[in-house]
Amino acid sequence: MNNSKYLRDEIIRMSGVNTSKCMKCGKCSATCPAYEEMEYHPHQFVAMVETGDIEPLLNSESLYKCLSCFACIDRCPRGVEPAKVVEAVRLTAIKKQGANRMTANDVPAMVEDDTPQQLLVSAFRKYTK
Amino acid sequence: MQVNEYKPLIVAFCCNWCSYAGADLAGNNRLAYPADVKIIRVPCSCRVNPMFILRAFQRGADGVIICGCHPGDCHYTSGNYFTRRRMTALFSMLDFLGIERERTRVEWVSAAEGAKFAATMNDFAEKVAALGENKRLEDLRCKK
Amino acid sequence: MQRVGVFVCWCGSNIAGTVDVQAVSEALKNEPGVVFSTDYQYMCSQAGQDMIKDAVKEHNLTGIVVCSCSPRMHEATFRKTAAAAGLNPYMVEIANIREQCSWVHKDIMTGTEKAIILGKAAVAKVNLNTPLTPGESPVTKRALVIGGGIAGIQTALDIADAGFPVDIVEKQPTIGGKMAQLDKTFPTLDCAACILTPKMVDVAQNDKIRIFSYSEVTDVSGFVGNFDVTIKKRARYVKEDICTGCGACVEKCPMKKIPNEFNLGMDNRHAVYIPFAQAVPKVATIDPNACNMLKNGKCGLCARVCTAGAIDYTQKDEIIEEKYGAIVVATGFNPISMEKFDEFAYNQSKDVITSLEFERLTNAAGPSAGKLVRPSDGKHPHTIVFVQCVGSRCEACAEKGKEYCSKICCMYTAKHAMLIRDKYPDTEVYVFYIDVRTPGKNFDEFYRRAVEEYGVKYVKGMVGKVVPEGDKLKVQASDLLSNKQLHIDADLVVLAAAIEPDKSARPLATMLTASMDTNDFFTEAHPKLRPVESPTAGVFLSGTCQGPKDIPETVSQAGAAASKVIGLLAKDKLTGNPCVAVSDELMCNGCSGCERVCPYGAISYIDKEFRMPDRTTKVRRVASVNPAVCQGCGACTVACPSGAMDLNGFKNNQIMAEVDAICK
Repeated sequence: MNNSKYLRDEIIRMSGVNTSKCMKCGKCSATCPAYEEMEYHPHQFVAMVETGDIEPLLNSESLYKCLSCFACIDRCPRGVEPAKVVEAVRLTAIKKQGANRMTANDVPAMVEDDTPQQLLVSAFRKYTK
Repeated sequence: MQVNEYKPLIVAFCCNWCSYAGADLAGNNRLAYPADVKIIRVPCSCRVNPMFILRAFQRGADGVIICGCHPGDCHYTSGNYFTRRRMTALFSMLDFLGIERERTRVEWVSAAEGAKFAATMNDFAEKVAALGENKRLEDLRCKK
Repeated sequence: MQRVGVFVCWCGSNIAGTVDVQAVSEALKNEPGVVFSTDYQYMCSQAGQDMIKDAVKEHNLTGIVVCSCSPRMHEATFRKTAAAAGLNPYMVEIANIREQCSWVHKDIMTGTEKAIILGKAAVAKVNLNTPLTPGESPVTKRALVIGGGIAGIQTALDIADAGFPVDIVEKQPTIGGKMAQLDKTFPTLDCAACILTPKMVDVAQNDKIRIFSYSEVTDVSGFVGNFDVTIKKRARYVKEDICTGCGACVEKCPMKKIPNEFNLGMDNRHAVYIPFAQAVPKVATIDPNACNMLKNGKCGLCARVCTAGAIDYTQKDEIIEEKYGAIVVATGFNPISMEKFDEFAYNQSKDVITSLEFERLTNAAGPSAGKLVRPSDGKHPHTIVFVQCVGSRCEACAEKGKEYCSKICCMYTAKHAMLIRDKYPDTEVYVFYIDVRTPGKNFDEFYRRAVEEYGVKYVKGMVGKVVPEGDKLKVQASDLLSNKQLHIDADLVVLAAAIEPDKSARPLATMLTASMDTNDFFTEAHPKLRPVESPTAGVFLSGTCQGPKDIPETVSQAGAAASKVIGLLAKDKLTGNPCVAVSDELMCNGCSGCERVCPYGAISYIDKEFRMPDRTTKVRRVASVNPAVCQGCGACTVACPSGAMDLNGFKNNQIMAEVDAICK
């Protein structure tokens, strides 16, 4: 229980997001292009962090499905910034695992002509500590 | 009064609409607070001229408290905002003069907060009593 | 020197139980100015009051100190007693030795000691009291209502009903406001025009009401009971008193492509126009920005066809100056602009409309004659998506939306959805909501009927984006309860746009010195107990200028505002509170410090001639307080650097004397 309280406070501190401002309209999830890929959706991230129910999020693949497109941040009428919450949960998961899911050595194999460079940069940022 | 039985002298300025009514309510509910607190009624906390406070200290008051309506509730719309700004300026000047911060206070007490009024006065009187007599601003010529 | 009488009340045992009243009376005998001092069981009783009256006569008293309960309790009583004894009522001071002494202290010694000090402070104050007379000002028995929507109409009718003349100033060519644009009204679904237009006719026919349409207020001065208002009556190039509203000019006008404001630009009007069939006054207006004759002197067709000869191309703006006793603000609202909500594609597709546009679309007198069609191609829409809270409760984007709940959207959306399902049962209607807020008589039942009887699909969630694709609108939304993202191919999207106060409200508030909140809604004098009065005396609030409201609420507030106005106008003279600020002209240095802090605009500066010691005269700028406007807060007294400003009843020297008495 204490651990989850600690995790919650840490995620809120890291993200700088006030999850209590959420009025549960779901516009973030309505706008999310990766919605179908996700088990937990942006609005659930906000709600579950707010209630401290963080373990399921840490173990979910949803963390790595977020494209960081920030559409949810742009559209949220309350300025909650769900993508930052997802990012903070992701960082927490990576910290916990203690390992990088992607190293520099993995990059050359991924380079293809039609892969935008930005995708690699963003993937590298997301999947490493 | 004897020296060893030191009682602080506290002047409280209360606005007519909220805090004075709050003090009345404390009375209605028989909520005790020290008799050292003497209340002066003003129409609005913004009627309190910094001169009144200085005068009180000059004449030997040990503490001065100003009570007004809560911000946004002022009977005159904006009076307590003036009070807040004026008193911030005055208190920092008093600080500069070496008057302890605890001797002055602005507190918002609504007409429904009798308990808060009594609690505030108890707390304020205790803090002022702990500081002892105010000698720094006292005008010795006023002493009889 | 005053001759002060001190009267110490026992209040039964309430005071006498903790305070030695005789000792107090004795101690105060020696105070300066005190010539008489006594105590009695119940000072407020008839016997007690008679005792005071007798003492005033016997000892020639000029001031009275009553040591008793709180002045909030019996100050008025003792002032009346003083007046009955022939003394100025403001020569009475109360020392509160019950609520703030005997009731909060247990020990007789300390209680008595404190009571004596409080008594001394009151004596010190009363020694400096001066007789005060409340000012009187006459009342102009005429009211001004600014805004001719349902709020203004109802207020004007109610005031006129009581026999007082009323003027309505409306900036549009006709009164009627937003309600005239609506189709049906919730929760009873009677048609807006059917219930509004009879009221508009009542206004037109009431000989107590004058309508200044196509006009605006440009200047307000004066104060409660005595406002001087300047009204600019814009030139409509048609003589109002002659025009019969036959519409011949409108038919002949060749300029036909002007977006029709009344239908929110969904169809066109002519350069000379009558906004709608039941307009009041039913008079044509020529739009100077569109009329060929006014722009370059070519045409003149309307003047030729007008059999009454009402067209006058040379008409000028008219300035009207009138005196009023009370002003009612009823400036109303507008839906906010949807331009900045890119995600809903309002700018990209004609088939994304606001709810007010939808009202016109379903209105039998609207651009589609009441047929529900898509504005883009005139086809019947089969799937319609309603989006709630567009711009309402929107804290993140202050430049786009509003932080508050617009209050009426839940109900009108339920109404729209229900009407569609009623007329076109083959239509699928989705309503995306965050919360459904339906407090109000028969409101929730109405909403439930939309769901249960009419099969409107309410989905908890928001629409994320709308993308026009072909002749469809791709709506992507979330369904939070089934945890799904929905993709709907809609034919029509209706946005429940937030409402905001009319843009004319802010400059008007400045003219009236009436306060506003950060959203430009007018502030009421007290949020619960004085909801239809502005803090500025003589200015009243009616309708949505004070906050979002539906029609039933607006009408009840309009009636309330009218009754307040009637109460004011029924008086022949206004008696003020004499405890107002006074400026010593000789000390005033004309700095304007007091003028800036006054929340009521009671202080103005005048140029006054002063005689100098060398017998020359000099004109100086000095502060002058209007006692009818001043409420006596005293903010100015502290702002005054020269000590010229003082407050009657709470003078600087009086409060100083109290401080001295307490600190002695």
